[in-house]
Amino acid sequence: MLSRIASSLFWIGRYIERSDGTARILDVHLQLLLEDPWIDEDTACRSLLGVMGSPAPEAAIVREDVLRILAVDRAAPASIVYSLGSARENARRAREIISSELWECLNTTAARMPRRVTSDKVHEFFSWVRERTALAVGLMESGASRDEAWHFFTLGRSLERADMTARLLATRSLTEASGPSWTTLLRSCGAYEAYLRTYRGVPSARNAAEFLLHDRLFPRSILYSVARAVDSLAEIEPRLERVGVSDQAARMLGQVRSELEFRPVADVLDDLPAFMSAIQEATSAATTAVALRYFPETVAPSWTGERA
Amino acid sequence: MGELFGGYATAASRRKRGRKAPFDEMFAGTSPAGQGARPAYREIFAALASLTQEELRGRTDALASSYLAQGVTFDFAGEERPFPLDAVPRVIEQHEWTHVEAGVKQRVRALEAFLSDVYGDQNAVHDGVVPAGLITSSAHFHRAAAGITTANGVRIQVSGIDLIRDERGEWRVLEDNVRVPSGVSYVISNRRMMAQTLPELFRSMRVRPVGDYPYRLLQALRASAPGGMENPNVVVLTPGVYNSAYFEHTLLARLMGVELVEGRDLFCSGGHVWMRTTSGPQRVDVIYRRIDDEFIDPLQFRVDSVLGTPGLMLAARLGNVTIANAIGNGVADDKLVYTYVPDLIRYYLAEEPILPNVDTWRLEEPEALAEVLDRLDELVVKPVDGSGGKGLVIGRDASRKELAELRARLIADPRGWIAQPLVELSTIPTLVDDGMRPRHVDLRPFAVNDGRDVWVLPGGLTRVALAEGQLVVNSSQGGGSKDTWVVGTNLAGEPGDGTSERRRGQASEAAHGVAGIVAEQAARPASSVPVQRAPDHSAEDAPRSDQQQQQQQQSGEAAAC
Repeated sequence: MLSRIASSLFWIGRYIERSDGTARILDVHLQLLLEDPWIDEDTACRSLLGVMGSPAPEAAIVREDVLRILAVDRAAPASIVYSLGSARENARRAREIISSELWECLNTTAARMPRRVTSDKVHEFFSWVRERTALAVGLMESGASRDEAWHFFTLGRSLERADMTARLLATRSLTEASGPSWTTLLRSCGAYEAYLRTYRGVPSARNAAEFLLHDRLFPRSILYSVARAVDSLAEIEPRLERVGVSDQAARMLGQVRSELEFRPVADVLDDLPAFMSAIQEATSAATTAVALRYFPETVAPSWTGERA
Repeated sequence: MGELFGGYATAASRRKRGRKAPFDEMFAGTSPAGQGARPAYREIFAALASLTQEELRGRTDALASSYLAQGVTFDFAGEERPFPLDAVPRVIEQHEWTHVEAGVKQRVRALEAFLSDVYGDQNAVHDGVVPAGLITSSAHFHRAAAGITTANGVRIQVSGIDLIRDERGEWRVLEDNVRVPSGVSYVISNRRMMAQTLPELFRSMRVRPVGDYPYRLLQALRASAPGGMENPNVVVLTPGVYNSAYFEHTLLARLMGVELVEGRDLFCSGGHVWMRTTSGPQRVDVIYRRIDDEFIDPLQFRVDSVLGTPGLMLAARLGNVTIANAIGNGVADDKLVYTYVPDLIRYYLAEEPILPNVDTWRLEEPEALAEVLDRLDELVVKPVDGSGGKGLVIGRDASRKELAELRARLIADPRGWIAQPLVELSTIPTLVDDGMRPRHVDLRPFAVNDGRDVWVLPGGLTRVALAEGQLVVNSSQGGGSKDTWVVGTNLAGEPGDGTSERRRGQASEAAHGVAGIVAEQAARPASSVPVQRAPDHSAEDAPRSDQQQQQQQQSGEAAAC
């Protein structure tokens, strides 16, 4: 398949997953700000922007600012609208490969994206985003052949998931006692109910970290996401070398996976921030490696004028 | 004064002949001019007054449709209706709440002592505090429960003490519920819905969170497990999907992360209780049952019960399983026993009751019966074993024929009834078809007893009678609900309050539930938060000037020319 198309599919996967993850994280955190009177709004908003990798403005920030920067501002690169818009643009580039249903879904989603959200419609808006992304993923999962296109899409989704969960965990680790609680983190990635069923309701640091990092069955855990990404990479390039792995991305992700599988939880918890940024580095580097190997031509040429 | 509250004062002052004016919780004055909001409600009033009636109605509709989607409904004539939640919250200030909380705790402790006495030595009877006949004649006294105690001695893990405010605004206990009090799920989901649909009301109000309840309940259930088990298997026992409180059963099981079972999922063998799982029988140690006593064990109670499990009582008697709340608790919320509760508080706790009862006539006493029969048209008469307003007769509203029938019934069975003066319950503005109008409310605070302390959920379920002048607030009779806010900081930091407790010793222990988050985030220094990597973008979608796009557009135009 064309490199350009493969790249589009990879990024559709990443952007869809990013919109879904952002919507979940925002929904839970903004809700908490209201339900919980003792939270300092400015600090909570700053930490939220920090998680999503957006620089915060100097002045004091409130709920509405976060909502603007991370949800509806078309110019902010971490916003939901930016991600959904980019997903749609990528779908347009791969229009002849993806199904019409998926294209229509992404196209109407981008078109119906509201320009502003009033405070009483916030939850409704986030539910809508989750529904639309679930629809897009569902269309792909139920209708697409398990060919290269699907594997690139899944690869993008898995990498984004691992990255999102790593970001979230990193906030907790700022200092043991002052980050958002484990309950909030679990709820932010839709893991709270699954966690309660698995560990019978007693949230503790060790169990929650274990669940989000190492669980083999929960699809949003880092281990699960990374393993899925490695599987997809192997499907895309099924040739098995006699020695080592030639694919740089597969090598990096494989290292992360082994570390997650075999390193004791207590060890990881000791140095959570470093480990989490290592994972973010790895997903980012894997993205670059995938781009270099599979879609080297996608970078559109751009000319800069000669300096006088 | 917004148009939202237009006509409220006239409606409030338009009373029927001969009725005392009720206590309005939001406004102090009764005259239309003097509509000053009480201090607790000032901010809410200001926020509400800035909305128009249409806006508020739009919000309530959104709220109702969301409840419908979530399945927070009740069955009305075979049709699913969303559980009515009014947009105006009830506000209780912390200092007032401290009083209510202390009263509820005291009452639960006394009832707990009474129950272990009733099913034990019966000292209260020997000492002449209550007549023996009172206990044995109660429909919910079960001999089968005598001698069964749990490991930590608790029988009332969960209770709902119904409170009202009389014409002077004083809190009084209307009735006790220590069997299977329901409604706590509405407290939890109401709060969530209010924050989602009316976020501006929460601004600057320090509302104490309620999300801690499932965790508290689970801890209390674990604490009651047989023989100080390390990791007991707790289950919630539901009658099934057709029960009107099924939503609550699923919510509690979900938030506690425990199994929700029906009677047919359990069986008893060798004096133990087991549940049928895909990996064979698994032992059950604590059953939080939401089934009435009569249905729980066909070997002991109703033989035709298909909801319970044969042999449960034996397992409980052997001390192999804890049933919470305990079987036979109904004797303590019998309405005739209710009249003795102030005496029981003095007897067991050597304390004066903090929350008074509503004055009540015991019809067993001949002079009381004579007086009640004489004044039947101005009193309220209730059956002693009913709940939810069933069988209750308000003398003023009853016809001559109904009163005559009632008279005959009272003479035939004086033990079965009590009489109370008509109390005008307090009112709170409520959005009904005509606009904002005063409607009568009560309050059901929920208390959880883990054997060391009684914890009272801050707030509780406020039920509101939606018809004008109606005094029965039960949801089975078309009542609605209000979110109940306890506001202000908890100054005393009294033991048993999760928030303050954890604020003190939070660093050592992992955080649990919302209270944990509260403590942590409050303790967080306002230091800078490191920004993590900016998200990756594909080369073509990265935020930058877009030469490619411009040229593609240009060349497209050129072709079209």
